[in-house]
Amino acid sequence: MALINVNDVSLGYEGKPIVKNLNFSVNKGDYLCIVGENGSGKSTLMKTLLGQKNVLSGKIEYSEGLKQTEIGYLPQQTEVQKDFPASVKEIVLSGCLNGCGIRPFYSKSQKAAASENMKKLGIAELSARCYRELSGGQQQRVLLARALCATKKLILLDEPAAGLDPVVTQNLYKIIKEINDDGITVIMVSHDMEAAMKYASHILHICHKPLFFGKKEDYAVTDVCCQFTDGGEEK
Amino acid sequence: MIEQLFNYFSYPFVKYALTAGVLIALCAALLGVSLVLKRYSMIGDGLSHVAFGAIAVATVCGAAPMTVALPITVVAAVILLGINSNKKIKGDAAIAMISVGALALGYLLLNIFSASSNVSGDVCTTLFGSTSILTLSKTDVILCLALTAVVILVFVLFYHKIFAVTFDETFASATGTNTKAINTMIAIVTAVVIVLAMNLVGALLISALIIFPALSAMRIFKSFLSVIISSAVISVICAVTGILIAILYGTPVGSTIVAADIAAFLICTLFGKISKRS
Ligand SMILES: Nc1ncnc2c1ncn2[C@@H]1O[C@H](COP(=O)(O)OP(=O)(O)OP(=O)(O)O)[C@@H](O)[C@H]1O
Ligand SMILES: [Mg+2]
Repeated sequence: MALINVNDVSLGYEGKPIVKNLNFSVNKGDYLCIVGENGSGKSTLMKTLLGQKNVLSGKIEYSEGLKQTEIGYLPQQTEVQKDFPASVKEIVLSGCLNGCGIRPFYSKSQKAAASENMKKLGIAELSARCYRELSGGQQQRVLLARALCATKKLILLDEPAAGLDPVVTQNLYKIIKEINDDGITVIMVSHDMEAAMKYASHILHICHKPLFFGKKEDYAVTDVCCQFTDGGEEK
Repeated sequence: MIEQLFNYFSYPFVKYALTAGVLIALCAALLGVSLVLKRYSMIGDGLSHVAFGAIAVATVCGAAPMTVALPITVVAAVILLGINSNKKIKGDAAIAMISVGALALGYLLLNIFSASSNVSGDVCTTLFGSTSILTLSKTDVILCLALTAVVILVFVLFYHKIFAVTFDETFASATGTNTKAINTMIAIVTAVVIVLAMNLVGALLISALIIFPALSAMRIFKSFLSVIISSAVISVICAVTGILIAILYGTPVGSTIVAADIAAFLICTLFGKISKRS
């Protein structure tokens, strides 16, 4: 059975649908890229997959082995209050919390995993710094490290490359590919079509209704893809 | 003066007051950081008024204040928190409504039913806690000890979860932390601390005990743990200073402690400004 099965789902706010008739499934080990124009409902879909929002109609089924505590998540926007006193290390570690269960403190291996993830994303030197005093891209890396810490089986990333410099972006795609090769399922919202076509195994293109879902090889030859990647110009 | 102080320490009521004062200040500061950061400062204030109303009811019924005030305040805390997380109802208006409502009804009840000849004196005591901390009995202190021990234990055991929920509730709940349970727990603990703190500073001044140490610590420190620890230290120092000054000079305990907290806040703000510049 698929890890996540989305059955004729409609999404929206206050009863007004934004995306209708969504049908797709994600299998273990897949790398799904969700693409589409601004406001097409990608972030809404991510929130719904995470159980933070209800569907208007339809059904999302999770395979029985998948628990909420095995999911890592990078939101598109994180509202952190001004002056929130929190060091980078504290935030990254908080990603490990879902592995704690009822144990009140972090284990040695969790702490090691946290510093490993900080190293991977090049923020090890920042570990004692205050989050609020970092640059936008640095903050994004901190939240990515936190998401990696929380990931056991599935990771959902909402525009992970936003605000990152080119070097870190490429590095990030490599890291995600690596964990995907380790068997972790990846669902990513991205506007970076080139990277999506390079790394993903499946593409979901939505624009108020699903325009395409399937393997990326099949996507590449559709009209939808050509129009979208060429900036909407008709050929 | 030192001699006079040592003289006072031989009285049990001074020992009781200091013990209770330190413990309550400690709890209030621990919790205060989360409450301030979660934008729940007003809930603390509202709850203190509810506690006042509850104590008025207890006085009228002739029941022990704590046994009535504790459950009522806990229930109010859970309700207020529920209102606040429901985005459809304006949270701050609801809190203001409950808090002034409880205050008015409490005073009304006391005025109509109280057997005491000095109603306004009683009310003043409950609101500003003028002397009650100095009249604690041994049972009061033991109850206070037990409750603060529970609060501190809960805080230590759930420290990381409280941090996660305070910093980013969406992420915490998306990755499987039961944020609702944690929030409810924070609300209940807040209610307990507020009822305890009524003894120390009175209903109207409790918020100061919760908010000032957290804000002072945040002027200087930049990580969650250091803010929590330093706010606890600041709060305890201010409580001890306040109580001692109050005993020596006969000033009202609650307002003296709050004055000490304000002084600490000013010092920390100054210190934060200087250290930023250099
Ligand atoms: N909280 C909300 N209440 C009402 N409508 C909302 C809310 N959040 C988003 N919307 C609407 O839902 C639609 C989809 O939003 P969503 O954030 O899912 O877009 P997106 O595909 O992630 O876009 P982007 O590429 O800009 O991130 C938008 O038209 C937006 O106006
Ligand atoms: Mg989005």
